[in-house]
Amino acid sequence: MAFNVYICGVGGQGIGVLAAALSTAAEAAGHEVRGCDTHGLAQRHGSVSSHLRLGGDALTPRVPEGQADIVLALERLEGLRGALYALKPGGTLLYYDTVYQPVTVRTGLRAYPSAEKVEAQVAELGGKTARVSVEGISDPRMQNAALLGRLAALGLAPGFTRETLRSALADTLGGRALEANLAVFDKAAG
Amino acid sequence: MISLKELMTRRDAFTGLTMGNYALARAMAEAGLKVATSYPGSPTPEIGAALLGAPEEERPYYFEFSTNEKVALEKAAGASLNGHLSACFFKSVGLNVAADSLIQLSMMELIGGMVVILGDDPGANSSQNEQDNRHFARMSYIPMLEPATPREARGMFLEAAAVSRRLRMPVFLRLTTHVCHARERVDFGPLPDGAAGWEPGFDPKNGPYVPVAATVFPLKEKALRKQDEFGRLMDVSAMNRLFPAASGPARLGIVSAGLPALCAVEAVAAAGAPADVLKLACTWPLPSEKLADFLASHEEVFVLEDLDRVLETEIKALAFDRGLKCRVHSRKERSDLMGEMTPPRAAAMLASAWPEHFKAPPPRPAAEEPAARLPQLCPGCGHRSAFHAVKRALPPGAITVADIGCHSMGFMPPYEMGTVLLSMGHSVSTGAGLALGNSSRKVVSFLGDSTFFHAAMPGIVNAVVQDSDITLVLLENGTTAMTGHQPRAGTGEIGDKIPLPRLLEAMGVKFLRDVEAYKQAELAAALKEAMDHKGFAVVIARHPCMLKFMREAKARNPGLKPSRVAVDQAKCARHYTCVAEFACPSFVKHDAGSVTVHPELCIGDGSCVQTCPAAAIVREKGGEGK
Repeated sequence: MAFNVYICGVGGQGIGVLAAALSTAAEAAGHEVRGCDTHGLAQRHGSVSSHLRLGGDALTPRVPEGQADIVLALERLEGLRGALYALKPGGTLLYYDTVYQPVTVRTGLRAYPSAEKVEAQVAELGGKTARVSVEGISDPRMQNAALLGRLAALGLAPGFTRETLRSALADTLGGRALEANLAVFDKAAG
Repeated sequence: MISLKELMTRRDAFTGLTMGNYALARAMAEAGLKVATSYPGSPTPEIGAALLGAPEEERPYYFEFSTNEKVALEKAAGASLNGHLSACFFKSVGLNVAADSLIQLSMMELIGGMVVILGDDPGANSSQNEQDNRHFARMSYIPMLEPATPREARGMFLEAAAVSRRLRMPVFLRLTTHVCHARERVDFGPLPDGAAGWEPGFDPKNGPYVPVAATVFPLKEKALRKQDEFGRLMDVSAMNRLFPAASGPARLGIVSAGLPALCAVEAVAAAGAPADVLKLACTWPLPSEKLADFLASHEEVFVLEDLDRVLETEIKALAFDRGLKCRVHSRKERSDLMGEMTPPRAAAMLASAWPEHFKAPPPRPAAEEPAARLPQLCPGCGHRSAFHAVKRALPPGAITVADIGCHSMGFMPPYEMGTVLLSMGHSVSTGAGLALGNSSRKVVSFLGDSTFFHAAMPGIVNAVVQDSDITLVLLENGTTAMTGHQPRAGTGEIGDKIPLPRLLEAMGVKFLRDVEAYKQAELAAALKEAMDHKGFAVVIARHPCMLKFMREAKARNPGLKPSRVAVDQAKCARHYTCVAEFACPSFVKHDAGSVTVHPELCIGDGSCVQTCPAAAIVREKGGEGK
């Protein structure tokens, strides 16, 4: 069976970096990789998702509904949304605990979920929840590195080790603010 | 990760993890393509990004983003008439714009070969409909190949280019959104040695090239003959793939193509079902002998496809014509004709015919739906400032017409500006129609500047000639923002700058105001004046795309810390204009009722400062930028 990772966040957070680094790490770990990103209009502060499927029996690029082993989210509400759509029983939601209010919340039409509420709703699906946040991040795009660091520490996926993820992050960033990102990675990995 | 420059210029064979659009661009270089043209539209613009990835002096090909899809198609056709292999690419609905010339192409002897690449969008991920362009293949007598993966996109482009050049006919390559954007490892070939020259080989003797009454029938005969010849090639093509049932010889079969075919293969494997899957490479013309063999060797066949009943209709007709006893199943529900195929959906559809082998997946457990997050205008967007001003200036009952672009999002709360939309460039003429016989409700149409050049100019000329009593608000941000900032005609990034005000004056527009979109009082005054003007009036609301502006500023100065605004808590009277009406995503409303500014989102543009009735939004000291 394919191992499925569903990545989500808010358009503009840079989930493309996360998807690219995970793809590189997965290949380095010997997996056949298939995946798919969101492009276009949804990138403008809407919900965005990216898909990663490991293993030769995954022929199509998107994680089917309810079949994600891991949901990785860059924001709390998107983590909940991603888990409700994609997480399979026994899977894990790992999210970076930051809050971007959508219009429906700012205008008082809807409530923004608390961390406890997210955990409870994920538990109802038969899933587990983990969250990470790192103090003093200078650029919000480094939240990607924090998520990867914690993913490595939790050992949730075959081959996503500290070594493969760290070097994949370095490869993906190609020198851009690399030291600061690796520091965030290490801090989140603990 | 491989850079776009390396992808496009590396001479030897290599392998890379890449998306469908990039694989396609590399395939163009491998095929020795000379000319590529496009108009940006999801899901295809990344093909253009890759083609532009090679420095201009190292490109063996010419590439441009043209003014619209029809211009792009004609330019590629012209190059092919001169003997140069060409390709054009655009999104699904772009083919409607190009159709007037496309429909003639099969009658032309395209001596260089030409591939028309379509980015169809089942699921309407980023389009105003999910039109099924497979119908166009039948109508235009142009064969259609359908890759399902980045690897196949590369391979089928090479095949399409080779056959197109040999038979001197156009060929469609139809991708769908999640083929364009799928990522996998692709094996690339070397670039050809020695680029083909630019010798102009056009010769009317290769034609005739002018279809008029007397020449139409021989030209059509030739088009039909080439179509049949293409079909014979596809009947024996190795690009068709058979996925045999793991359980051995099967009495059940599935016929499909593109990504739905791979969904079928996954559904069969997951169910352990005794069914063979025939994945067709070419969906027009259909490989009739191969299909007849498959139908004859299976007792029951399910035709699985996205959108319209295109394969189904042809395959049922084939079974009828050949007197085959095979039972042909197809999708049952109206909902099956909508949205994009997934392996679980494929299983559910197959279960409707073969419940003993397939099970519809159980529905997700009921859960409280989380708050929706729709796309929004970016912080600092000039469109937001314009909408905020226009909304306040409109009289009750006014009708606002949207066009295509980032500003289409204005129809959503809280702006609700632009509440009817048909297509690129429609807004002026639809607005003019809404104004006919209407003296009680003002009509205001919105339009972006890329769309202005794309398809709105004939409508504007019509509005001038008929002096239609509408106001056009031209939202000028200087780019094609929604699809990723491709240069648009007239910016000066490509060719000469075309100043919009001078162009509008030359077109005969008599009432014209040109206002900075951040100056909301001035914009509102101009709009009121325009609406009072009897006849056609234009107000340009001008502000550069701030997403592009900030990206460029950060690229020039990586350490840039944008300035920010803040809410003075002592002054804030909790009107909530900033969060609920102006609605910049940077404002955060807390449970206790206070409002603050999200430090990760604010770019310090300050367009919000003027909107606060309590003057509580202030610019923070320090920071750089605007």
